[in-house]
Amino acid sequence: MDLVQLQRQLVDYRTSLYHEGFLDEQFTQLQELQDENNPDFVVEVVSLFFQDSERLLNELSKALEQQIIDFKRMDAHVHQLKGSSSSIGAQRVQKLCIVFRNYCEARNVEGCLKCLQQVKHEYALVKTKLESMFQLEQQISNAGGSIPV
Amino acid sequence: MSLLHVFEFGLKVGHLLWMLCCWIASMISMNWFINGEFKDPKAGLLGDSGGKMWFECWDQISNLSFKIHHQYYQFIGSKKVCKSWWRKLLFSWIIGWTLASVSIFCYMSSLATEKRKETLSSMCDERARMLQDQFNVSMNHIQAMSVLISTFHHGKTPSAIDQGTFARYTEQTAFERPLTSGVAYAVRVLHSEREQFERQQGWTIKRMYTLEPSRIQEEYAPVIFAQDIVSHVVSLDMLSGKEDRENVLRARRSGKGVLTAPFKLLKTNRLGVILTFAVYKRDLPANATPNERIQATDGYLGGVFDIESLVEKLLQQLSSKQTILVNVFDTSNQSYPISMYGSNASNDGLEHVSHLNFGDPFRKHEMRCRFKQKPPWPLVAITTSIFILVIALLVGHIFYATVNRIAKVEDDCHKMMELKKQAEAADVAKSQFLATVSHEIRTPMNGVLGMLDMLMDTNLDVTQLDYVRTAQASGKALVALINEVLDQAKIESGKLELEEVQFDLRAILDDVLSLFSGKSQDKGVELAVYISDRVPEMLIGDPGRFRQIITNLMGNSMKFTEKGHILVTVHLVEEVIDSIEVETESSSKNTLSGFPVADRRQSWKGFRTFGQEEPVHPLSDSINLIVSVEDTGLGIPPEAQPRVFTPFMQVDPSISRTHGGTGIGLSISKCLVGLMNGEIGFVSIPKVGSTFTFTAVFASGSSSSKEYKSQQINSQSNTVPSEFHGMRALVMDPRPVRAKVSRYHIQRLGIHVEVISDWKQGLSIINRGDNAIHMVLIEQEVWDRDLKRSGLFIDKSEKIGHGTPPKVFLLSNSISSSSGNATTGACDLSIISKPLRASMLAASLQRAMGIGNKGNPRNGESPSLSLRNLLLGRKILIVDDNNVNLKVAAGALKKYGADVVSATRGTEAIELLTPPHKFDACFMDIQMPEMDGFEATRRIRDVEQNINNHIQFGELSVDAYNNVSNWHVPILAMTADVIQATHEQCQRCGMDGYVSKPFEAEQLYREVSRFFQ
Repeated sequence: MDLVQLQRQLVDYRTSLYHEGFLDEQFTQLQELQDENNPDFVVEVVSLFFQDSERLLNELSKALEQQIIDFKRMDAHVHQLKGSSSSIGAQRVQKLCIVFRNYCEARNVEGCLKCLQQVKHEYALVKTKLESMFQLEQQISNAGGSIPV
Repeated sequence: MSLLHVFEFGLKVGHLLWMLCCWIASMISMNWFINGEFKDPKAGLLGDSGGKMWFECWDQISNLSFKIHHQYYQFIGSKKVCKSWWRKLLFSWIIGWTLASVSIFCYMSSLATEKRKETLSSMCDERARMLQDQFNVSMNHIQAMSVLISTFHHGKTPSAIDQGTFARYTEQTAFERPLTSGVAYAVRVLHSEREQFERQQGWTIKRMYTLEPSRIQEEYAPVIFAQDIVSHVVSLDMLSGKEDRENVLRARRSGKGVLTAPFKLLKTNRLGVILTFAVYKRDLPANATPNERIQATDGYLGGVFDIESLVEKLLQQLSSKQTILVNVFDTSNQSYPISMYGSNASNDGLEHVSHLNFGDPFRKHEMRCRFKQKPPWPLVAITTSIFILVIALLVGHIFYATVNRIAKVEDDCHKMMELKKQAEAADVAKSQFLATVSHEIRTPMNGVLGMLDMLMDTNLDVTQLDYVRTAQASGKALVALINEVLDQAKIESGKLELEEVQFDLRAILDDVLSLFSGKSQDKGVELAVYISDRVPEMLIGDPGRFRQIITNLMGNSMKFTEKGHILVTVHLVEEVIDSIEVETESSSKNTLSGFPVADRRQSWKGFRTFGQEEPVHPLSDSINLIVSVEDTGLGIPPEAQPRVFTPFMQVDPSISRTHGGTGIGLSISKCLVGLMNGEIGFVSIPKVGSTFTFTAVFASGSSSSKEYKSQQINSQSNTVPSEFHGMRALVMDPRPVRAKVSRYHIQRLGIHVEVISDWKQGLSIINRGDNAIHMVLIEQEVWDRDLKRSGLFIDKSEKIGHGTPPKVFLLSNSISSSSGNATTGACDLSIISKPLRASMLAASLQRAMGIGNKGNPRNGESPSLSLRNLLLGRKILIVDDNNVNLKVAAGALKKYGADVVSATRGTEAIELLTPPHKFDACFMDIQMPEMDGFEATRRIRDVEQNINNHIQFGELSVDAYNNVSNWHVPILAMTADVIQATHEQCQRCGMDGYVSKPFEAEQLYREVSRFFQ
């Protein structure tokens, strides 16, 4: 594929991510932090986010299956998830986390379950979006092009 | 209010009732006591002690009642202890009073009955006595007649009495025996004497009823004399009638009058009795035996009593015969009383029985009296008891209403408390919401503004640039507005805290002045600041907030002032207090622009500070400032003045349309002033102007400057150049206030100033020549007034020539009038446009006098660049439990060249930060599991303190600790929620500041620059 076309595709894709609210300016800042000294910074951070989030989501699912639900622990997990998602700028996940925390505080099991499903869904979405974006970037750099900012 | 009144009323009524009860109880016991005293005369010896005892007793009772009273109050005072208690009380009250009224009714009606009975008995007795008396009188007459007969018939021979005489006599004396209807005399005739007697009389003895000649008897009692009415009984044998025989026998045996049982009289067919007396031959002794009496009997005198008519007659003589019914009975035979008089109409009412004694012990008579009418209704008793019942019910109703009202009021009160709580909660929630929303809006707005900034740097044509400028201005206005709302919300939720940094008040006011200078020049309004010399150079407080207040007040003034001036004056409170008495002359004319102003002394009339005699803060390093902002604007209409400080309230809705603004500026200012321990007030006269005055307490900055980092970052380049030191200047201005302002600003440059009011004076000073005058500053007003003379002045001053002639400056109010330059011709004249402020003045002077200008050293540096300078090579520890956050923060700091070490737990951080270490700073997340940021910081500070102490006492060598004797690593909190992590909380556990997460370059720079310099 044409390199220029790939680059344009990447830019369009990224803009759509911003437009659809998957990402916010924090992600831009993250990208700004990436330089020659630290060429894979964004990918590193994001994959860290994936690991972290998957662990947290698992914990949350387990916690909700328990007979006696430890809402305090759940709240801490959700707080973590909120923090990391806001750090990478995954704002849809972050916003859901805020709702989720409210349910945790209210000890609303049904709400929590619903929220967990939504968070999982959003997380999966943002993950695929980010992965496909990285794939595009990879293709561009493999083709020897520079990644447009 | 009315509810409260009702409540009060209820209490009062209850109290009254209770007092009444107490009083009644006391009266009863008092009476008891007094009676006891009276009834107990034998206690004379014990008198004293007894009395005491009583008094003690009484004391105790009253104490008890007082206690009850007290408890009653407590009871009332306590909540609604139980409604049921009140209900029970009410119920028993009503029952009690109902019983009481019933018993009162019974008592009263029984009294009435008793009285009735008494009346009846007295009436009955009266009648009985009268009847008896009359009967006795008649009886006595008959007895007297018996004596007559024994004297004149039996005592004389031949007899002096015959039938004719007897009849006549009796007839004529009948009035004396009103009860008898007839009298007759029968003589005792033995059988042996019969024949002789019959012969003598000329008739045979006849039997009664049958009227046949009497059969042979042992003895006979034929009637010989009779009253005319009863003359038909002559010759009848009395012993032949059953009743009569018995009567006769009994009479002669007893020697007394005897009565027959009532029987139908022969002729009249009415009920009557016959009274019989025996006539004896000789006087018998009182104790004569019956036999002796029989032997001595001569005859028998009988009288017929017509009882019925007798009683009738008697009763007619008496009054009120209508009211009672009288019956007379012969009750000799108890079981068959024989009615002698009266109808038998039975009346079940009460009856009184009076015994009658007619002198015959064998016969018993009684009189029975009854009322004719049934007893009347006891109206008095009924009304009294009903009245009492009604009163009791009314009182009960009052009680009930009171209790109900109390309960209702309490309920309402509870409801209101609930509502109040809800409202308060809602208010807090509103503030929180506002804060959050404002915060959220600010972030994207910053993006917009940044982008616009960048856009302006690109190639744009004029129209585009204009659009961008407009967009940016609007954006800035929006941010300012949001900041205001955020401030308001923060203040309302009590989360606004003031900084404590050192700042230069004069520099701040210069800043504000420059902010408004453009506008003031456009409007032609004169703007001036005057700060008293006694206000210290450096103060410690919150410069930003102070500036905000001044800006708010000046902004308002600017909005509403179209002509005249706006003057800001800053004094020490002490100065103003001193001057209150001194400054008595009217200052209304003596103003900056000559327009009248509202007297600013009125604006601080209500301040607490001035009410007290002594200075409020005797501490040496606290500075009480009083700041007045005076304008000659529209003024505030009197009706709007009370709500000037209410948030979102404007004088008139149209104001916001014509002048803009949210109307919270003044409210925020008021809160801020309050936070600065000050007060704010104002005076305003419509069409003349307003003066706002506030006080604020700061600390003096010079003494303890070490503790506070000087805040020089914002007030850049306000350091006043010193090259003018020692110069001399003349200010020509006839208006003292304006001259004072000018002198203040020029003096700040170190220039000695003399104020003169006219040309002559000026020239004479220049001519004096002992001290070279370097510059002359002339008010434009003076200059324009007489251009000729001013030109002359310039000429003259140049000719004097002590070396260099003085430079002449024109102090001009607006830029537009700088065209007046032309009028001055070729004169060497510079124009300094007002408002005066040190930096601008210095620049103008420099330009005119040719003194070199040193450029500003650090301007245009972007924060990120300075951040890089600050952070390069610094070793920084980041503590965050969230790996992603940690990575991002580390990345950000690394970008600025910092050497970053990461830690994920609080304990790890403590280990790493235990001295000796090489960290320059630490960023700490607050919310972490196990140990949160506050706790970790506290522990780190403890460890540091411990080691510092040991080093100080020489227990540990300084060498082992990198030659640092005072360990204190700057710790900054990282938090996503700025409003939650309050400055105070951070400081309390030893943190040095906080930054928001994710990092913002500017904030990061501001915080970090406090430590790395």
